[in-house]
Amino acid sequence: MLVMALDPEVATANLTTVETIVKLVYLLAAVGFVMGLHLMRSPATARKGNLLSAAGMTLAVAMTVVLLLGTDGFDVTTWGWIAVGSGALVGSLAGVISALKVQMTDMPQLVSIFNAVGGGAAALVAVVDFVHRVWGPGGFEMAFTVPVGLDILIGTVTFSGSIIAAGKLQGIVSGAPITFFGSRLLLIASALGGIGGVVWLVVDPGMLPLIVVAIAAFAFGILMVLPIGGADMPVVVSLLNAFTGLAVAMAGFVVDNTILIVAGALVGASGSILTKLMADAMNRSIMSIMVGGYGTGDGGGAVAAPAGGGTVHVIGAEDVAIQLAYAQKVIIVPGYGLAAAQAQREAGELGSLLEKHGVTVYYAIHPVAGRMPGHMNVLLAEADVPYTQLKEMEEVNGEFDSCDVSVVIGANDVTNPAARRPGNAISGMPILDVDHSKSIVVIKRSLGHGYAGMDNELYTNPKTGMFLSDAKKGLSELLQVIGGYFE
Amino acid sequence: MSPELLTALSFFVLALLVGFEVISKIPATLHTPMMSGANSIHGVVLVGAILIASTAGENITLLVLAFFAAAFAAMNVVGGYVVTDRMLGMFKARPKGADAKGGK
Repeated sequence: MLVMALDPEVATANLTTVETIVKLVYLLAAVGFVMGLHLMRSPATARKGNLLSAAGMTLAVAMTVVLLLGTDGFDVTTWGWIAVGSGALVGSLAGVISALKVQMTDMPQLVSIFNAVGGGAAALVAVVDFVHRVWGPGGFEMAFTVPVGLDILIGTVTFSGSIIAAGKLQGIVSGAPITFFGSRLLLIASALGGIGGVVWLVVDPGMLPLIVVAIAAFAFGILMVLPIGGADMPVVVSLLNAFTGLAVAMAGFVVDNTILIVAGALVGASGSILTKLMADAMNRSIMSIMVGGYGTGDGGGAVAAPAGGGTVHVIGAEDVAIQLAYAQKVIIVPGYGLAAAQAQREAGELGSLLEKHGVTVYYAIHPVAGRMPGHMNVLLAEADVPYTQLKEMEEVNGEFDSCDVSVVIGANDVTNPAARRPGNAISGMPILDVDHSKSIVVIKRSLGHGYAGMDNELYTNPKTGMFLSDAKKGLSELLQVIGGYFE
Repeated sequence: MSPELLTALSFFVLALLVGFEVISKIPATLHTPMMSGANSIHGVVLVGAILIASTAGENITLLVLAFFAAAFAAMNVVGGYVVTDRMLGMFKARPKGADAKGGK
């Protein structure tokens, strides 16, 4: 059997010219996707990589239309063309408009929404194909029903889960972990319902198991994301991204199309890697994130009182300006607070102003600064900060020892030295060694807690001055005062 | 198992491996655009949505579902590529000239 299967003549015997061309172009498109991702390794070539990937995508879509028009096996009714054509048009418009209008700070939500619709589309492809067979010709071999079941299950979970995740990131759904009486039980029930439904669908294909799978998966997606805190949302979005990839690959098995299988598997793998990297950066296992409940503030607040008493030294713009104007080396540590206050541009101006007057300036980027890995880099790039000044954690941590002033803007947990000690909510999380610099300035609106809900010992460090202000207002004030010093 | 299915499975497994290999080498700086880029690649499901135009026939329910499949997939793929390009277009090695942006 195996020898037969691998015999190329058997596999290609029935291909028409059109089919052959289409398959070859699909192969080219797949190469485009892989090369595109490959080029994304470096900021210098990343944009070209994305365009290459988009070119591959355009080819794949165009060839699919050619396949439908030029092959006897497919007849598309006029209504079929209208449905799919108008759908593609409406979707493209919605996609372009939201992509051009989105604020860079809202990027995670948008990725999550795009992910949701991708998962939804994958599920719908299987639904249409399956229902068509139930009402019409039949033909339920396992090579069809198994991917149908998995596609609908995974695709629907990503659809509802990603919408909740986007809602949490946008603040429409509370970012706090949401649990209610029996929610865990319901979660388990929906998981069992979904898996059971898939088995039922394979054993006895029909409308009823299809509906069971869809409803159970929809509920599971919601119940899975609700109890997870806002801080962990990027990891969830990334995981759901991987899920969508797998759903799309399953859709490829359903409609018997290799480009879906290849591209879906690529994304499935990428999403998994990224999810793991992000979880590692926060020193959390993916499992514990999925269990949820992190960030309630009731876990870490009561741990060992900060070493050094707990007095906070409050300073004003003048003090900060003097420190910065006479420094040789300044490291700016931006966090989500910076983005939330839309102060990227001011931070970028501060950096370039200091740089212009002979101060060495770096930006220390923690892997989870912002709301997604690399999110902070995008925000600072938008503010025209050259990427050569953006230093990743491992690279910059050695620099703090020789740094005159560190300016922490809206970052909290990632600078908390308590992470080096065992026994608290953030123990073991890799942090930026901000406390190693000679002087520290923290720009922060109030003395509140970070996502982990615990006190930051950096704030009570005798070397630290707290400049209590909104990031945007505080930085503009600072820019003015420093400008005065340099004149 | 049919030869087609066997080929498809091989594609699936090999593509997974390629995905792991290519993506694990991307620097954290580019993770957000990369995630967005990967996100647009799974918009390839648009191909699947176009293919089911032929299965939907003239059944109104299936046509409506196919419409939504195509709309969702197109939003994913088009929006994804546009927003990724927008992000990557902002990455610069050197600061722009002083007049490039004008004002504050």
